[in-house]
Amino acid sequence: MALIDDRCIDEAPLRMSEATPGDYIALLKPRVMSLVVFTAVVGLVAAPGTMNPLLATIAILAIAIGAGASGALNMWYDADIDKVMSRTVNRPVPAGRVTAGEALGFGLVLSVLSVMTLGVLVNWLSASLLAFTIFFYAVVYTMWLKRWTPQNIVIGGAAGSFPPMIGWAAATGNISLESVILFLIIFLWTPPHFWALALFKSGDYERAGVPMMPNVAGPASTRRQIFAYALLLAPVGVAPWLLGYTTLFYGVVSLVLGAGFVWYSWKVLGMSDDDKAMVPAKKLFGFSLVYLFVIFAAYMGDRLVAHLAGTGA
Amino acid sequence: MGKLETVDLTKRQKKARRLRSIAIGLALVALVIIFYVATLAKFGPAVLNRPM
Repeated sequence: MALIDDRCIDEAPLRMSEATPGDYIALLKPRVMSLVVFTAVVGLVAAPGTMNPLLATIAILAIAIGAGASGALNMWYDADIDKVMSRTVNRPVPAGRVTAGEALGFGLVLSVLSVMTLGVLVNWLSASLLAFTIFFYAVVYTMWLKRWTPQNIVIGGAAGSFPPMIGWAAATGNISLESVILFLIIFLWTPPHFWALALFKSGDYERAGVPMMPNVAGPASTRRQIFAYALLLAPVGVAPWLLGYTTLFYGVVSLVLGAGFVWYSWKVLGMSDDDKAMVPAKKLFGFSLVYLFVIFAAYMGDRLVAHLAGTGA
Repeated sequence: MGKLETVDLTKRQKKARRLRSIAIGLALVALVIIFYVATLAKFGPAVLNRPM
């Protein structure tokens, strides 16, 4: 007996946690979560019909927790990469405040809780979409694509594009072309947004061995691809107006924003390989955040006014 | 019977544990409120309508 006791103590030294609630909140990636909440609210508010405001709030909360759960699962798996990138070295797992196992358990529990809550209290279509989103981000993107192909954020970007569709599904119980367009706006926005960041942070990704486009295909090819995605994004952004879903207000806002995105991407396309400051890439990265926020805010405002005026589209 | 060996927590570990306990408590209270309110919102007065 004594032998067994000794072995237990020798092989598994007790580790008493010093993790605070703040560390667990950091596992949820609050900044990513805020974007998810915002786009999900837009999908939910823009959808036709009415929804009990309490249930709508719970739906948004469940979507937020689901997004947070996928963040925790991402930090569990990516702790080795996070340790060597300046942007992520202070995250709770690489910094040693939370163990990888704790992050995994936290992510799994919150995943099940958020999906079940959304399913039981709202509807199972939105819950299924949320479950698929968590799976897509944690397994397809984090475990498979991220370390394997420079197309990682193109395909993985789908995970970040689902929230407005989940919000729409929570409100209506179905998926419509309108919600698919909201999905496409984020989907086409993601590559130029992250590649602009990757252009001026390529050293970080290279050290971590993450195959981002500038490290694999080179900066010139990345700049061309950023411009190509901008040319695709601009018309898709205007599509809700062209298809008659919104008023002229949204049409004008999306046109101006789309033109701005193409303009900033054009500037990135003209950058030289010797450019170390990479000001155009930094400007595009900043503008891309403005683009997404304003286009979704304009869309929500447009639809909200239409609902209140009782005019529909 | 010898004295049981226990783990002595440092001040920092005790503080972190207390904060985690409070956070778990608050999260549980929030869950109870959410499910209570959601049940009323979803079923309305019909939640009281059951065979005796």
